[in-house]
Amino acid sequence: MVKDAILSINEVSCHFGSFKAVDKVTVEIQRGSITGLIGPNGAGKTTLFNAIAGGLKPTSGRVTLNGHDVTGKMPEILFSFGLGRTFQIPRPFARMSVLENVMLAPQAQIGERLIGPFLYRRLMQNQEDVIRKRAMEVIDFMTLAPLADHPAGKISGGQMKLLELARILMGDPQIILLDEPAAGVNPSLAGTLIQKIEELNAEGKTFLIIEHDMDFIMRHCNPVIALTQGHVAFQGTPEQAQSNQLLLDAYLGAKQDV
Amino acid sequence: MIGFLSYLVFFTTIASILAIAALGLNLQWGNTGLFNGGVVAFFGAGAYGTLLLGGAPQSDHIGGFDLLYPIALLGGMIVAGLLAWIVGILTIRLRHDYLAISTFGVAVAFENLMRNAQWLAGGAKGLRGFERPLREFLGDGFLYNVSFLIIVLFILLSVYFFLELLVSSPFGRLLRAIREDEYAARSLGKNPTNIRLTAFVVGSIVMGLAGGLYGAFYAFVSPQDILPMLTFQIWAMLIVGGAGNNKGAIFGAFLIWAAWTSSGWLLSRFAPIETQLYTGSIQYVLIGVVIVTMLLWRPQGLFPERLVISQPGER
Repeated sequence: MVKDAILSINEVSCHFGSFKAVDKVTVEIQRGSITGLIGPNGAGKTTLFNAIAGGLKPTSGRVTLNGHDVTGKMPEILFSFGLGRTFQIPRPFARMSVLENVMLAPQAQIGERLIGPFLYRRLMQNQEDVIRKRAMEVIDFMTLAPLADHPAGKISGGQMKLLELARILMGDPQIILLDEPAAGVNPSLAGTLIQKIEELNAEGKTFLIIEHDMDFIMRHCNPVIALTQGHVAFQGTPEQAQSNQLLLDAYLGAKQDV
Repeated sequence: MIGFLSYLVFFTTIASILAIAALGLNLQWGNTGLFNGGVVAFFGAGAYGTLLLGGAPQSDHIGGFDLLYPIALLGGMIVAGLLAWIVGILTIRLRHDYLAISTFGVAVAFENLMRNAQWLAGGAKGLRGFERPLREFLGDGFLYNVSFLIIVLFILLSVYFFLELLVSSPFGRLLRAIREDEYAARSLGKNPTNIRLTAFVVGSIVMGLAGGLYGAFYAFVSPQDILPMLTFQIWAMLIVGGAGNNKGAIFGAFLIWAAWTSSGWLLSRFAPIETQLYTGSIQYVLIGVVIVTMLLWRPQGLFPERLVISQPGER
């Protein structure tokens, strides 16, 4: 495989006081890959995610997205750089419809300015028609079409994960960060989600996925990166992961050792 | 009969003016989730601004500037907007209860400033020297009040349609998203800071407009008109009517104002003579009870916010 990193994480550390949640992590995410990020609870996965996605300014190190230094940039800036993310616990706009949730995402909407609805009415309505049509396509792709007019807070947890993915797809991101997409999702919806991830990946979208479900990681992710105690413990293919003693000790086979 | 009719006109005028203020609060709280605990500061800024700009010159304080009423009213709205902008910039990082506490503080500070700074706006005895617009043509009687009511109703409707247009647009969608989950909105590329500030300022200008109408109706404003109680009354109107629903805000304003005035009348009429001294306090308690009961029993209000759903071909 030709090395072409879309996202480079270089010596990134996130310290909270004396606690080193993430300590000098260096990894590269290859364009077009579905990279799995594993590690036991408290290994620093979500912290690293937040450091990449802009929720958290790293203590030190550098994050490069498509050749741009995006270290410590705000989440809203990162989205415009082509990085979309979902959350471990879904964050829908609960008292808004599923369709509205998705229609929010496109950037530079003329109607989002105070004067838009008054001075640029025609332009705004044309834009709305285009956005609504595209939003319905994305909702349909995510198998949420029957729920388009439901309040987003009243759909199931798994459907919320599909909705979060639908929202970020409106921004046409190049790299998508998923935080535990399969956790707490019923098997049929998880199947849908995996299928959609693979379809999107085939279209060229890069994924970085945190997941606890080893079966999910081994079957769908390549390469696999393992974090333990804020360090990169392993990087390689799923097959190598399964035969890596260090990883088995630290994570997979922990029960046998204790 | 004419007495009743005349009272009805008076009641509707005040209720409509307060409904405008409730609509302003609805933009801030109902749509954007901004907890403005100092509504009365912006209402007061509009009232004082309008009367200072539109009143006759006075020797003991600055102004008046004798401007034409519509210009003075516009000026009052600008004063309210400026105050909101300054408060908004200073509290830009504050959320929920912290924003409520600081805006409440601003309102109390504003009231005390008006009460004590005699050189600014007459101090405790209030702001005099304002003449009601078109008084020489319409006189001081019933005809004047009916004409004023018609203008107030026209302004109420205009504000209603303005806000409906605003919140049904992508601007409104963005406000609601920020209200629901600001961090998620940011992760979708939205910058909430400016939008929050915009909603705060626009809502406060609407409150200032209400204040400017209120001041002109009485041709007088004093620190007694901008007590914290008014903030709670306007909050009660929005909560009872339904936060997030402009129709609800207007309905709530009429309902609460009717309950307020009738409870005052009933208490003064039927309360035992030895409790008469406390009727004001009893009314305060009633407003509190109404807010708490509503929040427990029906937090979405009588007219809940309506979900925006797809209407292909429409909008």
